[in-house]
Amino acid sequence: MSWAITLDADLCQGHGVCESEAPQVFAVSRDGILTVLDTSPPEDLRPAVELAVRYCPTRAIHITEE
Amino acid sequence: MTGAAAVPEVSGRTEESGHLGELRSDPIGLLTRLRTECGPVGSFDLAGRRVVVVSGAAANEWYFRAPDEDLDQAEAYPFMTPIFGEGVVFDASPERRREMLHNQALRDRYMRGHAETIAREVQEMVSDWDAAGSGQVDLLDFFAELTIYTSSSCLIGRKFRSSLDDRFARLYHDLERGTDALAFVDPYADIESFRRRDESRAALVELVADVMDERLAGAPAEGDDRDLLDVLLSIRRDDGELQFDADVVTGMFIAMMFAGHHTTSTTAAWTLLELLRHPDQFQEVVDEQDRLAAGGADLTYQALREMPLLESAIKEALRLHPPLILLLRVAQRDLEVLGRSVPAGDLVGASPAVSNRLDDAFGEPDRFDLHRYLPPREEDVVNPWDWIPFGAGRHRCVGAAFAMMQLKAIFALLLTRYRFELAQAPDSYRADHSKMVVQLAQPCEVRWERRPEAGPGGAGATT
Repeated sequence: MSWAITLDADLCQGHGVCESEAPQVFAVSRDGILTVLDTSPPEDLRPAVELAVRYCPTRAIHITEE
Repeated sequence: MTGAAAVPEVSGRTEESGHLGELRSDPIGLLTRLRTECGPVGSFDLAGRRVVVVSGAAANEWYFRAPDEDLDQAEAYPFMTPIFGEGVVFDASPERRREMLHNQALRDRYMRGHAETIAREVQEMVSDWDAAGSGQVDLLDFFAELTIYTSSSCLIGRKFRSSLDDRFARLYHDLERGTDALAFVDPYADIESFRRRDESRAALVELVADVMDERLAGAPAEGDDRDLLDVLLSIRRDDGELQFDADVVTGMFIAMMFAGHHTTSTTAAWTLLELLRHPDQFQEVVDEQDRLAAGGADLTYQALREMPLLESAIKEALRLHPPLILLLRVAQRDLEVLGRSVPAGDLVGASPAVSNRLDDAFGEPDRFDLHRYLPPREEDVVNPWDWIPFGAGRHRCVGAAFAMMQLKAIFALLLTRYRFELAQAPDSYRADHSKMVVQLAQPCEVRWERRPEAGPGGAGATT
């Protein structure tokens, strides 16, 4: 089953917790804008993405199953 | 805008000042009645100015997702200007906040260092407790002083913190007491709490001026020894004078510490009080800490993230006793919410005190139940627009993660080393709602006693 990352941009404040957990997937720019580098990352990155989802201070990231 | 109905007003308006009197004496009573009488969108009258108050998931989501072009925060808090000083803004746009967050102390990468700093400040605060063996503290005094040290140390720098003592905490407390809702009518009205506010601010400027003079007289700091104050002191105008004088620097420091001070201090007190009122849940939290301490876990960033029971107890204290009971914005243009019209110029509020206790979101909403945050219930995650002690959306408290880590570090240390008990009747502890900054009413004393089984360094030592 494939999965994807969705971002609620209204909620993101650029804390950078996701970047700390999964730098291959999330990048926060100098001015605090989050870019999801890979919205459907490989399965081996899933545990790290789940930590990013769980510890995001604003709960702006979600995993959706497709 | 077609077809939108007017917002209904809550009962109880008086002729001379609308609902201002009730807002100053029993704001939660006013806001709760507004919800009961008017539903999710109602209003009250603040001495001639209308305040629309929304509650519940649908209206709150509208409120918290609104861009600043619709609902602006900057001009909604007139009572903060005399505290911060002219020219120090209460809030910045979400874009500017995002930029500031990126470069400053609250960013995730700095949190790891803050965890150690906080643990050290707690240890210092109780450094004379072990020799005494047992004693009694006033929770407001204790946590207000402790959070002055933790926030100044993490946000400004350890060096600046080391030049502070309890005088700074006491003066700061007087500032927080200077937030009477009368400020919406006249922030400089001749009342006792405003006079003390202004005297205390002047005294704080003097304390900071002394620290600045001392720094300027010594050798310039270099490298890691530099804190924020050193940075500010290194900025000169073209004529060689300091860019930021003591008044402005004090205003900046007051503003930086304000959001994280009374909020964290009050939440620490309520967490302990609610746990003491619920001994079975308290025991679960203590057992969790003892398990972690027995496993030899230091109070690192990672260890502090994994304390579900303590974290739930803190969340539950925040839900039942939100430090901010009414969040405000100003409507920038004519708006509409749930079929009601909100004209430009209205104050628009969301109330954590009301929304956090709605019974369609929270089972038995008045009950302290830390288990509501554990899977599968996770009532905060399930109800992101009702569980709003930190606000929500783009203006959500940027210090929430820092606050949670700080509170966990405080209790991880205290609970493994000391046993607590109430020193007053359980229902005698209450909040003082006479100011917009809600704090515990004094006295609010608890007794503490060294846990006999705790070792010499105590469990949870950080070294």
